[in-house]
Amino acid sequence: MANSHHSHDAASHEPASHGSFKSYMVGFVLSIILTAIPFGLVMFPTISKVATLWVVLIFAVVQVIVHLVYFLHLDRSAAQRNNVIAFAFAGLVIVLLVGLSTWIMFSIHTAMMAK
Amino acid sequence: MSNLVFDGAKGHDHGHDHEHDHGHHDAGEMKIYGFWIYLMTDCILFASIFAIYAVLVNNVAGGPAGHDIFELPYVLGETACLLLSSITYGFAMLAMHKGNKSGVLGWLFVTFLFGLGFIGMEINEFHLLISEGYGPNRSGFLSAFFTLVGTHGLHVTSGLIWMAIMMYQVSKHGLTGTNQTRLSMLSLFWHFLDVVWICVFTVVYLMGTI
Repeated sequence: MANSHHSHDAASHEPASHGSFKSYMVGFVLSIILTAIPFGLVMFPTISKVATLWVVLIFAVVQVIVHLVYFLHLDRSAAQRNNVIAFAFAGLVIVLLVGLSTWIMFSIHTAMMAK
Repeated sequence: MSNLVFDGAKGHDHGHDHEHDHGHHDAGEMKIYGFWIYLMTDCILFASIFAIYAVLVNNVAGGPAGHDIFELPYVLGETACLLLSSITYGFAMLAMHKGNKSGVLGWLFVTFLFGLGFIGMEINEFHLLISEGYGPNRSGFLSAFFTLVGTHGLHVTSGLIWMAIMMYQVSKHGLTGTNQTRLSMLSLFWHFLDVVWICVFTVVYLMGTI
């Protein structure tokens, strides 16, 4: 922390990771759009099932990123670097955990000729 | 500990208030970082339950599958509650940074109501399913469904209890440094639960209905 910004309310002079009214509203509007479109496509099917599945998945990933950036204030600033590293590591663990577990279980499923 | 040492060492030869704020501020940052690490472990907990759900989703044991029991308009209502509660908590944080105590209390209360609405809807959904005989004991799919959605619901409930305590703390002691740190951590917790809910409605409700 630089020593320059220590008046009584040091918090309000922080350079990063707080957000403003505008950034919260941008995040909110984006997440409404990113929620409404997948729900709409599933409730009123207009495109093929496979295409719907991909749209739903891609929109979910984008919405998670929107929430991380606009609500959880993850960004590339120095103040957030450790948080981003921790998040990236958790992401790696999650990919391995979910990916390998489902791979193993579905391979067993196929090998046992359960279907 | 480090906070005490820091304050003790620096407090003597500099302006006392100034250094105290600095020490406290750094300790708060460290606590928030620690809380973030906890959230990452919570992510891994949820990831494990998602993996279990993915494995069990087709094991319906002759009972209902997802598309037989999910009511998407209802889920959309739950999602709206959580999404609105996220933005209202954001407004509480903006009020906090402005030092506006009544603003913080007001927005926390609105957030609390939206969160309560979400939990009420979820309990009602669970109650209907169980009373129709589709409880967690019906099939592997329903066990995994109740575990995954229920774990998220328990987190939201904990968040609501925490929020009620913070409303009391802020109204009694005001926006002290400690309370600001706590509100920042609750902010991370609350927005994190919203992120988990995005994964829940996508993987469970939407993919289960397609």
